Amino acid sequence: MSFSATEPTRGTKWFAGIAVVLYAIITLIPLLWIVATGFKSPADSISYPPVVVFEPSLEGYVNLFTARTRATEDMLEAAGPAVTWYDKITRNRGTIISGPSRYGERFMNSIIIGFGSTLLCMILGTAAAYAFSRFKVPLKDDLLFFILSTRMMPPIAVAIPIFLMFRNLGLNDTHLGMILLYTAVNLSLSVWLLKGFIDEIPIEYEEAALIDGYTRFQAFYKVVLPQAATGIASTAIFCLIFAWNEYAFAVLLTSGTAQTAPPFIPTIIGTSGKDWPAVAAGATIFLVPVMVFTILLRKHLLRGITFGAVRK
Amino acid sequence: MAQIRIENVRKDFGSFNAVKSSTFTIEDGEFFMLLGPSGCGKTTTLRMMAGLELPTSGEIYIDGEEVGQKPASQRDIAFVFQMFALYPHMNVGRNISYPLLCQGMPKAQVRKKVGEIAEILGITKILKKPVSGLSGGDRQRVALGRAIVRDPKAFFMDEPLGALDAEFREHMSEELRALHDRMNATTVYVTHDQLEAMQMGDKIVVMNHGSVEQFGVPQEIYEWPATKFVAQFIGSPCMNFLEFKGKVAGGQASVQLDNAVFKIPELLDGASGDLTFGVRPEHVHLDDAGSYRGKVVATEYLGTTQIITLDTPNGQIKAREASLKNVAVGEQTGLRFDARTVTIFDASTGRALRSHANQGVLTHG
Ligand SMILES: Nc1ncnc2c1ncn2[C@@H]1O[C@H](COP(=O)(O)OP(=O)(O)OP(=O)(O)O)[C@@H](O)[C@H]1O
Ligand SMILES: [Mg+2]
Repeated sequence: MSFSATEPTRGTKWFAGIAVVLYAIITLIPLLWIVATGFKSPADSISYPPVVVFEPSLEGYVNLFTARTRATEDMLEAAGPAVTWYDKITRNRGTIISGPSRYGERFMNSIIIGFGSTLLCMILGTAAAYAFSRFKVPLKDDLLFFILSTRMMPPIAVAIPIFLMFRNLGLNDTHLGMILLYTAVNLSLSVWLLKGFIDEIPIEYEEAALIDGYTRFQAFYKVVLPQAATGIASTAIFCLIFAWNEYAFAVLLTSGTAQTAPPFIPTIIGTSGKDWPAVAAGATIFLVPVMVFTILLRKHLLRGITFGAVRK
Repeated sequence: MAQIRIENVRKDFGSFNAVKSSTFTIEDGEFFMLLGPSGCGKTTTLRMMAGLELPTSGEIYIDGEEVGQKPASQRDIAFVFQMFALYPHMNVGRNISYPLLCQGMPKAQVRKKVGEIAEILGITKILKKPVSGLSGGDRQRVALGRAIVRDPKAFFMDEPLGALDAEFREHMSEELRALHDRMNATTVYVTHDQLEAMQMGDKIVVMNHGSVEQFGVPQEIYEWPATKFVAQFIGSPCMNFLEFKGKVAGGQASVQLDNAVFKIPELLDGASGDLTFGVRPEHVHLDDAGSYRGKVVATEYLGTTQIITLDTPNGQIKAREASLKNVAVGEQTGLRFDARTVTIFDASTGRALRSHANQGVLTHG
């Protein structure tokens, strides 16, 4: 077998493969544990030693999506026999469903705020990055440094001023407020990342389009944008993950209408004893959108996170 | 197709002056070469003609119309980039049709036109292919196709063969020239390769440090360089320079080097101080009868000819002689120069002195 600097040997490949698989298992265990816990009964979820094989139950999911009240004998009688499978589950615990829980709304808030801020961030970020990459902007380097410097302190350090500002502007607990806030926080990262991607697109492509008779704006969206797609996709994933997982601002600035899922999930614990299966179910569902988004864009992501490392 | 006139065009990048007041004219249908060493401002000059860069001052006329400050999209010209700049997200056919789509030409007509062009360039088979997998030559052809599909007023090409390997360059340069002869389109071609410029060009402008050194047909530039720079840049090996001190006056038809007197074309200008006697290697002859002596320090065999390097009282020179001639390193020999081919330069300015032989060439440049 020939040996070269770029082609790993079979041994190295095996070793690398095993290492990656082990690493994947180690990182996946907590995740699998959460998914499993979502399907356990409350008793199984807190049993010690922990049970690995258990009888699956949907009680966690039912509890996640419903509000229930403890029922007296006559209440149960007045409600009649349980019709649906989820009614049966709650009746077994001596409770009846009084309505839907707030989880659905909170989840929708997360979707609106997460994807909304990501979209806005991509529009503004791409425009700014294009300008920084292609045009003579006065004080360009200082501006870029200033944009980056907003990342140098943890955003939460300015939480109080933002809280006061939002209260005065009437943005407290609104979707718009949260979208603007997450956009502002993400923008520095996305301008820098996107500028890197756009810098890598040779300017000749746009010039060719200009020569072919297109306007600068047409050259931008017909030639630059399709080629920046990879960069935009991977930047969007970073932005979405931040906005999706953000907790501190969400706790501080939202309580009702615009509350996102992260501050809501812990409140499930308090409403009906330590309902770990419901918490785990909430967390599991919460994971899905980012996972789907990432999988959809994964072929871009790989090139995105290694960009600059590989020359074409 | 069009005539292009450049008048006193200048370009500054901040405080850096990239192109100094250039003036020259490209006639309708000419294959025009912009030649010069790296960094001399060729690309900048071409980009100003194309409208990708706006001149700091001066005028550019295409077809009699002043377009200096107009954007590229309004100049109706085509540009072939060094790395071709084919749109990577489109296939070959779409790349070629892209300029036509911009004009809003009906789909059927576009398809017909693209088919014709592909036929001319011999790329009909690859029209459906993505551009990413193409060979250098095919990329080149697609880039040309995108340029000619629109029948623009002029073609601008920035070192279009620079990305190809040596063997293929030769082939493509012939193809390019043949294409030009067939279409008779005004073409401006940038290169730093003097051989390419001499082979392909109807006319050449030689640039150095942002200024035009000389402008004319290849043969004139080769035989009658206007400056020492041109004499050195063109020809391989380049023109020999024999440095001497002295004084020459208009009407003089000979100069003295060391102990020998050499005939030269009759001078029109005079000069004194440091002067240079310029002669091409093929006009240097080893002749034992000559009183001017040189010592052979090296010989280089080139097939039909050989290059002989000699030490003379006025510096090292090279001679091109037939390979049959027997020359040994270390040998002393007499030297003779073809009198009608000599150029005398004023070494302090680097400019050629006008003589009866070169005045025609120098005055129009
Ligand atoms: N946009 C720019 N900003 C600043 N300086 C520039 C710019 N474009 C070109 N220059 C400078 O102007 C000079 C001429 O550049 P140009 O690209 O025209 O040279 P060239 O003759 O085409 O050289 P090459 O053979 O290397 O392509 C160079 O010194 C270059 O560094
Ligand atoms: Mg150049």
